[in-house]
Amino acid sequence: MSSSTRARFVRLGESDRVAVGFVVDGEAVSALQGDTLLTAMLQHGGHVRQSEFGGEKRAGFCLMGACQDCWVWTADGARLRACSTEVAEGMAVSTKAPELTWPNLA
Amino acid sequence: MAQPRVIIVGAGPAGVRCAEAFVAAGVRPTVIDEGRRDGGQIYRRQPVNFSRSYTTLYGTEAGRAQALHACFDQLREQIDYLPQTLVWNISEGNVHLMHQDGTPRAASLPYDILVLCTGATDRLMPMPGWEYAGTYSLGAAQIALKSQAVAVGRNIVFLGSGPLLYLVASQYIKAGAQVAAVLDTSPLVLQWRALPKLLSRPWLLFKGMALLKAIRRAGVPVLRGITPLQITGDPDNGVQGVRYRSAQGVEKSLDCDTVAMGYHLRAETQLADLARCEFSFDTASQQWLPQVDAHGRSSVAGVYLAGDGVRIRGADAAENAGRLAALAALADHGNAVVPAQVAQLCRQQLPMERFRLGLLQAFPWPAAQAASLPDHAVVCRCEGITAGELRAVVNLKGAREANRAKAFSRVGMGRCQGRYCGHAGAEVIAAAVVCPVVEVGRLRTQAPVKPLAFKIVEEPQ
Amino acid sequence: MSAQQYQADVIIVGGGIMGSAAAFFLRQRGRSVMLLERGLLGHQASGVNFGNVRRQGRNLLQLPLANRALAIWRKLPELIGEDVEFLPSGHMRICYGTERLAMFEDYANKARDYDLALELFSGAKLRERFPFLGPQVGGASYSALDGHANPRLAAPAFGRAAARAGAQIFENTDVAAVEKDGVDFRATATDGRVFRAPAMLITAGAWANTLSTQFGEPVQLTAHGPQMGVTEPVPYGLKTVVGVSAATDLETLYFRQIPRGNIIFGGGQRGPAYPDLKRAYVRPENTLNQLRQLQRIAPALRQLNVIRVWSGIESYLPDDLPIMGRSVREPGLHYAFGFCGAGFQLGPGVGDVMAELIATGSTSTPIAPFSISRFVPQHASAVTA
Repeated sequence: MSSSTRARFVRLGESDRVAVGFVVDGEAVSALQGDTLLTAMLQHGGHVRQSEFGGEKRAGFCLMGACQDCWVWTADGARLRACSTEVAEGMAVSTKAPELTWPNLA
Repeated sequence: MAQPRVIIVGAGPAGVRCAEAFVAAGVRPTVIDEGRRDGGQIYRRQPVNFSRSYTTLYGTEAGRAQALHACFDQLREQIDYLPQTLVWNISEGNVHLMHQDGTPRAASLPYDILVLCTGATDRLMPMPGWEYAGTYSLGAAQIALKSQAVAVGRNIVFLGSGPLLYLVASQYIKAGAQVAAVLDTSPLVLQWRALPKLLSRPWLLFKGMALLKAIRRAGVPVLRGITPLQITGDPDNGVQGVRYRSAQGVEKSLDCDTVAMGYHLRAETQLADLARCEFSFDTASQQWLPQVDAHGRSSVAGVYLAGDGVRIRGADAAENAGRLAALAALADHGNAVVPAQVAQLCRQQLPMERFRLGLLQAFPWPAAQAASLPDHAVVCRCEGITAGELRAVVNLKGAREANRAKAFSRVGMGRCQGRYCGHAGAEVIAAAVVCPVVEVGRLRTQAPVKPLAFKIVEEPQ
Repeated sequence: MSAQQYQADVIIVGGGIMGSAAAFFLRQRGRSVMLLERGLLGHQASGVNFGNVRRQGRNLLQLPLANRALAIWRKLPELIGEDVEFLPSGHMRICYGTERLAMFEDYANKARDYDLALELFSGAKLRERFPFLGPQVGGASYSALDGHANPRLAAPAFGRAAARAGAQIFENTDVAAVEKDGVDFRATATDGRVFRAPAMLITAGAWANTLSTQFGEPVQLTAHGPQMGVTEPVPYGLKTVVGVSAATDLETLYFRQIPRGNIIFGGGQRGPAYPDLKRAYVRPENTLNQLRQLQRIAPALRQLNVIRVWSGIESYLPDDLPIMGRSVREPGLHYAFGFCGAGFQLGPGVGDVMAELIATGSTSTPIAPFSISRFVPQHASAVTA
């Protein structure tokens, strides 16, 4: 759960779109079809990840897939670049890196 | 004459007009673009289910944007278009691809002719606190508005220099976002001095002045000649304000929850580097750029460069450059071209180049800020490396060159591979060594140009 | 205007980890040293390799040298005053299926004689101890005391320590010619500077053959480019360095995670290297093969992104053993080069041994199998190794 649930991005229009339900850090939230995952996440909080090295929260930077500062984790441990991924119904993402799990496949 | 295999990387203004010129000559090019839709950055197309008009989106450029999009839409049947596809490496006459629509997958394509139209990103100079959530590039602020109909924050300070600073601030004001101030590091006198060059494109100059008037009319303070000091805030909540020194030398601060910053643009040259093009230091823009002739020929046979990815001249020049590159490639491959057409395009580029030099004079890259960065200021956002740590490898480990400093300090080793720390890092090194920044060299590109997913291949059974 | 002249006890040509470490240890033994490096210290193979600090898997003949090296790695921060991130994290060789377990066991038995203690795993014990391994992995041989270090830092750190101890380090110094000039060896730089010393050590890696040839001792040195890559940083948990033992190049991958979280990998087929151009390249198809193989070793890696690849110039000899020891033609001349992509761990040991050899005339560590005499026919008056 993010420490700040205040939305960072402010919608200025194009609100007449189909709603999309998805999950952030276990919490069910919604966005609009056509939102990137970054836009969608920042409607419900102020950050999308935490810097590995400084510890500060990050909320994207370039929005054009260049800075690589908006990679988030999915619930099953995959990586998504939030600004270049369209939010989809049922997506489940996390703003925190999952605890290291190395499945025993024996 | 056998059809050459033509690959164009980038579906922005340069790539689209390049494709158009090839198609007109009876060639079927492959156009590869990372985005979901064509248009590049400045003419970025909104998602298909958005409804705003061209005028709302592109203002005075609506006509050009519409023409470009219509052109590409009409070309679709006559080209092989690969959207959402990253060219991650170039090697021995092949481009190496990662398709990113759905499950990532690998592919490669051979080429006889390669035209790189890779565009640009914002050019950033770090300031303390720029790593906090709520700091964005100017380009990001524009993309948010144009393609998502959102503002990147509730109360935004626009900071930096260059035409984009004024353009995006005015677009935000027009769209109803809250803009706290526009802070320009360039003093007004530089813009006056650059006037003769800026007059080579009078319509653009006029538009720029109109933007400034609109911002002022909205009651938004525009301050010039400022020195950025700090973005205040905290690691959890992000940006809370900006501290700066006015042109008169007075320290001031502003409350805000967002800073949109940038100092004009830097060319995305990684693919040109992987294609083994020669680079030179461009004194006007103080950045390393691939060598290119007036028609877009690089130093490598068969490889052509066009648009902001080789010289930041804006969209109009990019469209011309795309056409010129196609014509040069066709001519080099033995096709007939119309010399008058080529000559006219070259002539049209001349005022674009003058204007480019004028912009660089009016809104210079603030190299001197690098020396004043406090030691605790983060330079490399990806790796969290500070100016002090970078200076330490210069002073204690003798690193005087960009790649050596990277090896010792990790600046540039992160996911973005130096896009946002490379130029400033070089300035910090140069200031510590006390040498011209050209002597620091440039970060050598290493594939993949953007992160490559393991998933593009399957494990062997 | 005559060229600048320099004189010392020893000239070292080649500033990788071998040369830099040798410079440091020669200073410890009170010899004056000039280290000549064409570019910057540690810029070539020493700076681009995988960073493995392992004894396991080496030809048994290398183990005494590797043991000596490990002892130095373990006290490196106190010795040279800098941390080059050596982590004794453990190293393991794995195999697919179980056919190679007998070979692992045979090696483990022999290695015991060299104080290398290895533990074998298979079946349920393997899964329990190393749960991250993929289902095709059938066995492992684990060396608890081996580990890894940061190759970008090591040679330059040795060089700085040598300089603090009084060695003269000459970077950006390209040696045009080497010869014996009466009592002294003479190295002439391309800018005309002349360096003289009664003893010379050639540690010039892939370029050493050019120099050994000038003394009538050519060897068949071939250059290859290691294919390296690194992932984005992810939570740290894969402490053990992993290497595959397999019949084919394609499958012979290795990786290590650093505490910052990045996973560095390499192996598979090697890439093209051009010593004359000082360039080496990673083939895209090699990177893709590596990504395939890595998922096979540790399926969880499939979720990650590669952010960077690199190569460099490593040099190899036909019998997969290095050249170390005295010249057989020229008294006072010594060699340490051609470490076949496995020199990094040995570096501090090589430096220490060569310093001992040059300073005292002999070394306690057996290096006879690495003598250049195995490639160069000996004179009647050859110096015995």
